[in-house]
Amino acid sequence: MTIIEDAVPAPRGSDEETAPLLEVRDLHVEFHTREGVAKAVNGVNYTVSAGETLAVLGESGSGKSVTAQAVMGILDMPPARIPRGEILFRGQDMLKMSREERRKIRGAQIAMIFQDALSALNPVLTVGYQLGEMFRVHNGMSRKDAKARSIELMDRVKIPAAAARVNDYPHQFSGGMRQRIMIAMALALEPDLIIADEPTTALDVTVQAQVMDLLAELQREYQMGLILITHDLGVVADVADKIAVMYAGRIVETAPVHELYKRPAHPYTRGLLDSIPRLDQKGQELYAIKGLPPNLLHIPAGCAFNARCPKAQDICREKVPALFPVTEPDGTELPGRGSACHFWKETIHG
Amino acid sequence: MAEPIAKDIPADATPNVSEVEVVDAATEEEAVVALDAPVERGEPILQVRNLVKHFPLTQGIVIKRQIGAVKAVDGVSFDLHQGETLGIVGESGCGKSTVAKLLMNLERATSGEVFYKGQDITKLSGRALKAVRRNIQMIFQDPYTSLNPRMTVGDIVGEPYEIHPEVAPKGDRRRKVQELLDVVGLNPEHINRYPHQFSGGQRQRIGIARGLALNPEVIICDEPVSALDVSVQAQVINLMEQLQDEFNLSYIFIAHDLSIVRHISDRVGVMYLGRMAEIGSDEQIYEHPTHPYTQALLSAVPVPDPEAREQRERIILTGDVPSPANPPSGCRFRTRCWKAQDKCSEEVPLLAIPERFKGADTPAAHESACHFAEEKDVVHA
Repeated sequence: MTIIEDAVPAPRGSDEETAPLLEVRDLHVEFHTREGVAKAVNGVNYTVSAGETLAVLGESGSGKSVTAQAVMGILDMPPARIPRGEILFRGQDMLKMSREERRKIRGAQIAMIFQDALSALNPVLTVGYQLGEMFRVHNGMSRKDAKARSIELMDRVKIPAAAARVNDYPHQFSGGMRQRIMIAMALALEPDLIIADEPTTALDVTVQAQVMDLLAELQREYQMGLILITHDLGVVADVADKIAVMYAGRIVETAPVHELYKRPAHPYTRGLLDSIPRLDQKGQELYAIKGLPPNLLHIPAGCAFNARCPKAQDICREKVPALFPVTEPDGTELPGRGSACHFWKETIHG
Repeated sequence: MAEPIAKDIPADATPNVSEVEVVDAATEEEAVVALDAPVERGEPILQVRNLVKHFPLTQGIVIKRQIGAVKAVDGVSFDLHQGETLGIVGESGCGKSTVAKLLMNLERATSGEVFYKGQDITKLSGRALKAVRRNIQMIFQDPYTSLNPRMTVGDIVGEPYEIHPEVAPKGDRRRKVQELLDVVGLNPEHINRYPHQFSGGQRQRIGIARGLALNPEVIICDEPVSALDVSVQAQVINLMEQLQDEFNLSYIFIAHDLSIVRHISDRVGVMYLGRMAEIGSDEQIYEHPTHPYTQALLSAVPVPDPEAREQRERIILTGDVPSPANPPSGCRFRTRCWKAQDKCSEEVPLLAIPERFKGADTPAAHESACHFAEEKDVVHA
């Protein structure tokens, strides 16, 4: 029996359909500063499969971007350090890879879209040059071929008159168009996984809708995995399949998107949802989570949310809650749901 | 350096300084009396009429020639009533922040009037302007850059008293500042701390305390919560509502987050490219919008509820906002509008109650600047 069991992992891994594209296991990231060690990420686990959208939701300082940078391999080390954890891309731990191996993955297989397109693009080079760089560096294409491909890409992301604009500089484009160029650049080498870090935060709502639609459409077409990092509960509801809510470097709740909004299982998630102004609350006081997010240099003992939580008991101040699987009151499992709260039952079932 | 710039400003925008001084001296006594007079709740306290601000575009270094103008604000009119909150929404570049600066007289209007209690403040300067400014204060967007990092909280909040010493005598100031800190929910003991020792939400509270220092009647809030985290936004919004009740304040609340604007506002104005597209009560604008731009804007807002989302109709506008230096003729929205016809490029639609709804007892009967205004419920569709 045991012998067979040991041999089991193989069929799972070989099953291309279900094997996750990316698996982050117990990832820790800390920053060494003059004031002490800031623990930005404290044991994050998540998986993304091909064609799936994972939204990572959190406030500033929750560790959502640092996790993404660790996956992408663009953390400055030092001051950052990864004391523990694994980042498996197609089953291979990227943290154990050499610089050269990671470089081959970055851009070609995992690409990133940044928040502020104006500062992410080089202002003194034309967008055509910057897009073409992907093909020249990774595929060794000639300048001429690279430019032709750049125009194709700009067409793909629906930039009007792409052939005429390929020699324009970033400042000649509007915010929405610049973000499209960022998307084009991420798509250039047809990666398997895209990490979008607040891709629409800097954009106006009407443009934001255009850009999110484009991103979702391209993702469907190429069957890419997408990690969408955001603080905006509205943007998440639009496109994500599943959500991971982060707080002080930990995932405090995971759930399929519809479930999370209907029945949050963590007091923090509930607080966030309740603090959005709703129609029927006009003229009343908004629900507000009291207090402030913790200082990452001194994360409180036990549950990091305990000082702000209306449900906190002694156990919350002593014991760090694990990510408990969330079930119905009768014990039926709710697939994909988890809550890092000692009192998740009370939170979800009233 | 200052002189060539002054030449570019149209003559009517720079009245002879000595002339203004004379006028001031004559009306100052009256003005002060008028400013102290209470305004009944619901009466207009601020009336904006046809406000225009054009920023000149120049060419040449030594001899500057004006080659055009960025029409940031191009004929905006509205009233702010005592005790109410008027929300102003719109995308970046629509001129909402310029309106805020014009109301404070931080920018000189190219033309148009802003009446504060019946007195036009766009032409004021010197002492008369100072007296008016005491009653109109501002809260800024970015709590990181709007506080001087080298000043203590006490100095920042107490600075308005340096300019208006009549409000608080010198010996009394520290106590007053501590009271203000307490009012906005900060620890009065922290009066000697510096801004970097506070979080974003706390810094915004410092900004609010500074805005309150002179007991103003009108506070202009330019994106006061957009730089804050979601969990902290609600705290600041609650504080602002509570202060409004306590001190009987009138707010102009400029923001791009439509759900927050709806929560706090009594009336809402929607701006597009320097003009007011639609203005009405929060219910009229959100439930019964008649301007296509408002409808598109509302439908594009991401809703944090996946189920409501799927039932909604979405209008995705094509293209970007045109440049305010070269706005489209006629209706400024026509280049992105699905209803646009020839008339829209020829005739500028006026901000008025649309003809078809006139006299009708319907929430759609509010001011909308569209030739083809019709109701379309996008929020519940």
